[in-house]
Amino acid sequence: MNILVCISNVPDTTSKIEFTSDSKAFNTEGVQFIINPYDEFGLTKAIKLREEHGGKVTVIHLGEASSEPTLRKALAIGADQAIRIDSESKDSFGVAQELAKVISEQDFDLIITGRESIDYNNGAVPGMLAAILDLPFVNACTGFALSGDSANMEREIEGGKEFIKASLPLIIAGQKGLVEESDLLIPNMRGIMTARTKPLTVVSSNGTVDKSKSISFEKPASKQACKMVEAGQEKELVSLLHQEAKII
Amino acid sequence: MSVLVFAESWNGSFRKGTFEAITFAHDTAKKLNFSCIAVTLGNINDNINTLSNYGADKVISVNSDFDSCDNKGMSSALAQVAKQENASVIIISNSNTGKCIGPRLSIDLDASYISNVVETPSESSPITIKKKAFSGKAFEIAQTTSSSCVLALSPNAYNITENPNPNCQIDTFDFTTESSNVTSEKVEKSSGKISLAEAEVVISAGRGLKGPENWGMIEELADLLDAGTACSKPVSDIGWRPHSEHVGQTGKAIAPNLYIAVGISGAIQHLAGVNSSKVMVAINTDPEAPFFKAADYGIVGDAFEVVPRLIEEIKNFKANN
Repeated sequence: MNILVCISNVPDTTSKIEFTSDSKAFNTEGVQFIINPYDEFGLTKAIKLREEHGGKVTVIHLGEASSEPTLRKALAIGADQAIRIDSESKDSFGVAQELAKVISEQDFDLIITGRESIDYNNGAVPGMLAAILDLPFVNACTGFALSGDSANMEREIEGGKEFIKASLPLIIAGQKGLVEESDLLIPNMRGIMTARTKPLTVVSSNGTVDKSKSISFEKPASKQACKMVEAGQEKELVSLLHQEAKII
Repeated sequence: MSVLVFAESWNGSFRKGTFEAITFAHDTAKKLNFSCIAVTLGNINDNINTLSNYGADKVISVNSDFDSCDNKGMSSALAQVAKQENASVIIISNSNTGKCIGPRLSIDLDASYISNVVETPSESSPITIKKKAFSGKAFEIAQTTSSSCVLALSPNAYNITENPNPNCQIDTFDFTTESSNVTSEKVEKSSGKISLAEAEVVISAGRGLKGPENWGMIEELADLLDAGTACSKPVSDIGWRPHSEHVGQTGKAIAPNLYIAVGISGAIQHLAGVNSSKVMVAINTDPEAPFFKAADYGIVGDAFEVVPRLIEEIKNFKANN
């Protein structure tokens, strides 16, 4: 089974989000970058599928050379090889077009992405990829089992879950549930050593032009100080929620 | 020119997010001086005329059966209607269904795609719009660079208002679905009665509750307030509650009117997913819990004493109001 996992390089979940003084860009100073958590569930699932069914796990990422430590980490976790599309960051459309070009030149049975990246949260790359490559697509996938040439899946829907069948090749956008938090693999020393010698191919950008751009960023308005209510005075809380907040 | 809005339905019924999207599309169309056209896909059991209450000038009903997973078919039907109606702005709800369709649709129409939008466009040419970014930690002003765009409206971000249009016209559109290679086998409702993304009140609890057996009072409080139930990441990781209840940066991002957090300290990752809530209440034993810096109202105290008392007070309140 030939599996591709698309990886986004994002600020650590504990990062304080700050912008440059002109508010035009995310200030990366002092920020630790990690594998997008949704993608990490997908990577772990890909490695499990390889263990069960054999095959190869490739990770792919679009970014500059500075993002290579994240790809090396994916190799240390257990991917067999990595591809970096050498490009400045792009919008969802740009990323999807760039990925589609590389994917169309190879033969993948399963393409896994995260449901969204935790930085720009557009959640668009997997769906766009499916449209460009004309492949079946399952979003918010929380369960995946292979059965011959098709897959049985679960996806999250409003107020429940849906059980789905689809044929391969296929694109899924995953999240927790695809594997459990406790299944996530932490690279061991051997993994880290072998990651250094695993192939990391750099391919050049196809020059796709974005269809959207960022103008500026702002932080949510800061809230007023929290109004404290004494324990035992829950009645007061109820009346505050009713009269002041007008919420109940 | 027109603004086209996908009037999403599930099992033939519209959702709350559908009416948010129609209101948003009406307001956007008004700003741009376009007409507002709503499109329904598949069989609708609800009265289609309700869409005109929220400002649709025309409703186009696509008469075809769609598998709930056939995002390709749904996207292609919407694209055909958009072309027929000369729509340059297409609006969908950023729901699970919307998220499957929107990106596909943008490719089908060669349009820009911007999701998680929270306000109508501040400029019309090119469309410039505010959206959530960094998992609720920031907003981004984004701009389209194509002549048409697909905008996905963040749930619970835009107030539903009625803009009745008695002259709303109802048309049908013929579309033949191809056999889909993704099919729905069955749907399972989750235990929570109210979908978290659409819930107006959410009661959430964390490790402070000490064990899954103690969630009875959280569910009771939720029942009283017609609320959805949620939990922190550690609680879903140790399996006390299902993953579908995990709210936070790597779980669900929610934006209810009222969020009550019980025994949740308020780590930055948790707050990212919930800080779009209009009013937040924190109940925690630790007066230094970071949640008290983010909340609007707080009680320092033992959840096992505070929550039962709160339940009683809400019952009293409901009895008198």
